[in-house]
Amino acid sequence: MATVLPPPSKRQKTAAAARARDQVEAPPEIPEGVQRIQFTDADTGEARGPVVTVSLANLSPKNLSLLLNSLLGQTDPADRLPYRFYNPLGDSTGEFSQEQVIKAYLDGTTTTELQLNIPCRAEAVFKVKAVTRCSAAINGHGESILTASFSPASSSRLATGSGDKTARIWDCDTGTPLHTLKGHTGWVLVVAWSPDNGILATGSMDNTIRLWDAEKGTPMGNPLKGHTKWINSISWEPYHLREPGRPRFASASRDYTIRIWDAVSQHTDMALTGHKASVSCVKWGGAGWIYSASHDRSIKIWDAAKGTLVHTLNAHAHWVNHLALSTDSVLRTGFHDHKGKKAIPETVAEKRQKAKERYEAATLGAGGIERLVTASDDCTMYLWEPAKSTKPLQRMVGHQKQVNHVTFSADGALIASAGFDNHVKLWNAKDGKFLHTLRGHVAPVYQCCFSPDSRLLVSASKDTTLKAWDVRTGKIAENLPGHQDEVFAVDWAPDGERVGSGGKDKAVRIWHH
Amino acid sequence: MPQNEYIERFTKQHGRRLDHEERTRKRAAREAHGASEKAQNLRGLRAKLYQQKRHKEKIQMKKQIRQQEEKNVKSSEPAEPSTMPLPSYLLDRSNTTNAKALSSAIKNKRAEKAAKFSVPLPKVRGISEEEMFKVVKTGKKTAKKSWKRMITKPTFVGPDFTRRPVKYERFIRPMGLRYKKANVTHPELGVTVQLPIISVKKNPQNPMYTQLGVLTKGTIIEVNVSELGLVTAGGKVVWGRWAQITNNCENDGCVNAVLLV
Repeated sequence: MATVLPPPSKRQKTAAAARARDQVEAPPEIPEGVQRIQFTDADTGEARGPVVTVSLANLSPKNLSLLLNSLLGQTDPADRLPYRFYNPLGDSTGEFSQEQVIKAYLDGTTTTELQLNIPCRAEAVFKVKAVTRCSAAINGHGESILTASFSPASSSRLATGSGDKTARIWDCDTGTPLHTLKGHTGWVLVVAWSPDNGILATGSMDNTIRLWDAEKGTPMGNPLKGHTKWINSISWEPYHLREPGRPRFASASRDYTIRIWDAVSQHTDMALTGHKASVSCVKWGGAGWIYSASHDRSIKIWDAAKGTLVHTLNAHAHWVNHLALSTDSVLRTGFHDHKGKKAIPETVAEKRQKAKERYEAATLGAGGIERLVTASDDCTMYLWEPAKSTKPLQRMVGHQKQVNHVTFSADGALIASAGFDNHVKLWNAKDGKFLHTLRGHVAPVYQCCFSPDSRLLVSASKDTTLKAWDVRTGKIAENLPGHQDEVFAVDWAPDGERVGSGGKDKAVRIWHH
Repeated sequence: MPQNEYIERFTKQHGRRLDHEERTRKRAAREAHGASEKAQNLRGLRAKLYQQKRHKEKIQMKKQIRQQEEKNVKSSEPAEPSTMPLPSYLLDRSNTTNAKALSSAIKNKRAEKAAKFSVPLPKVRGISEEEMFKVVKTGKKTAKKSWKRMITKPTFVGPDFTRRPVKYERFIRPMGLRYKKANVTHPELGVTVQLPIISVKKNPQNPMYTQLGVLTKGTIIEVNVSELGLVTAGGKVVWGRWAQITNNCENDGCVNAVLLV
């Protein structure tokens, strides 16, 4: 008697049904036809390469990328760059899609005589994978973690500041604590690595700033006293501007002032006074200007060499919470790039040269000047080009509650803003146009951070989760639960390997792909 | 939709008459005239009652004004803003941390995993059917067979409940004894919040009382804690949470409960 097979299980049946459904969909018919195309730079609008004629069937983004590389003479596989193409029909904000071009061809909007300008932009040559799992949850801090920052050189060192009055440096390769930086008598509110990875500055509730040797974890000299209230923000002088052997940094405090410190002599170089309320954020720009945002609703721009006020930008109607520069990621990493240790130049002059080149490359898209975006309690953000005008380029509205954090992507093409209305919003950095709302968090979003290749974004929220987002589609890439309580700080390592986060549950978490 | 909200329903569907705002404004503006006239012209017992009423109103008004003034006062910042460490971007914000304290206490408790199945009131007084139900004897047939009961205890009735026709309604739950909200206490923190009741989960007396939604001492109810902002480890909002009733609602006229954590 033959064996009777059991009837298929429900799983088998659904799998078979899904397979059947997939098989039904035939690939859409692509008409015979050709299209004249011209690649243009998405930022400047200049033509890239000659006009070429391509058959409609070959108009996929992958083929275009290959074509553009060969047109520009980058034939060696090592030289090839990945390109991203934008929609040539209408305004150049959406993605390039082959279907739309074919549709336009069919309904007669484009013809073989007309040429199609396809905006393109080179993407990062390296690709960061979305973090998916928590590789280490390291205990050590005795209180909430208030701030976290990766070293500019590599993802193996993470510094965190905590409410237990210490800062710690963690070895992320092994998931162990490396140094405990004791000395402050108040919560450590800010940690900032110098761009050459030598010094770590910590600012605290006890009104002082301390400097630490980042390698050995030992204090460098005495606490820097001068502020009369706690420190809100610290920003180092960009590497290419720094006088050799005399690194400086700026600190913003609740006492309404900004101080510029010399990290070697440990004295105040200058005190910039003028704000009428707490200074919430300070950034040292690559063109020798210092940008500061304050609760007095103004943004002030200072000349770092002379200590004079250059501009005051007034537009916001409430506290300015945060500001970001389009060159932030370059200024933070200085001469360190994605190629790692072996690409670091030998001499100081070469290092400065490289840092300068990186800075100039980052500002190239915006015509050689840096842009500024400010987030405020009035639920709006403003995009500025202070080198050109003191009038804002664009007012960015859409958030329904205070905007707490704003950040530029590493390539300077996107802006992400995190608000107390549980949303993260993505904006085009070129003109400040709204792109996507990233919905998913169920509580205020405190911080967000782009991956160094600008393809992903990670956000930290009060709802105890981190979420990784795909910025191209505006969809969630990965949900990262694990923290027991609010997540206050998140940072994506400059080499893209790891994400570090910390919050109220006192454990540092390192996330990995 | 509850049956009695027909006026709201009408305004939602058809709107208000065009001069509604003006009329209400004028009526409010003339209120003082009416009050003054009554105060001057009423005599005897009516005058006394009116003065009493007015006195109470004025107390309420003064209280409100005082509260408003307190809200406007800007107090000087304390030296250390709070005992809980906060990042710099949250420092100058005055957030109420009440609900948050609740949720973290709940989380700590859950981590201990102790006393998971114990409830605050393990034993309850038995309530007989005679005490719970009153036999309704109205009408010829109802009285003859006496099949109809009225529940003498407070009940919870869902928002979309409509009464059945008289002929089929075996249990009457009186409108006056229905409750929608409970005063829920968090046992560790001693915080009490008024929360909407979602459902009656278990009445230990009798499964039928659970079905009928009878609220007696010891009953487990589900309350809506969404406004407390509790979040699970996965980042989802906690909506309902169980609580046990701690008072004799029929004697007190309110529902007091303790949250089960």
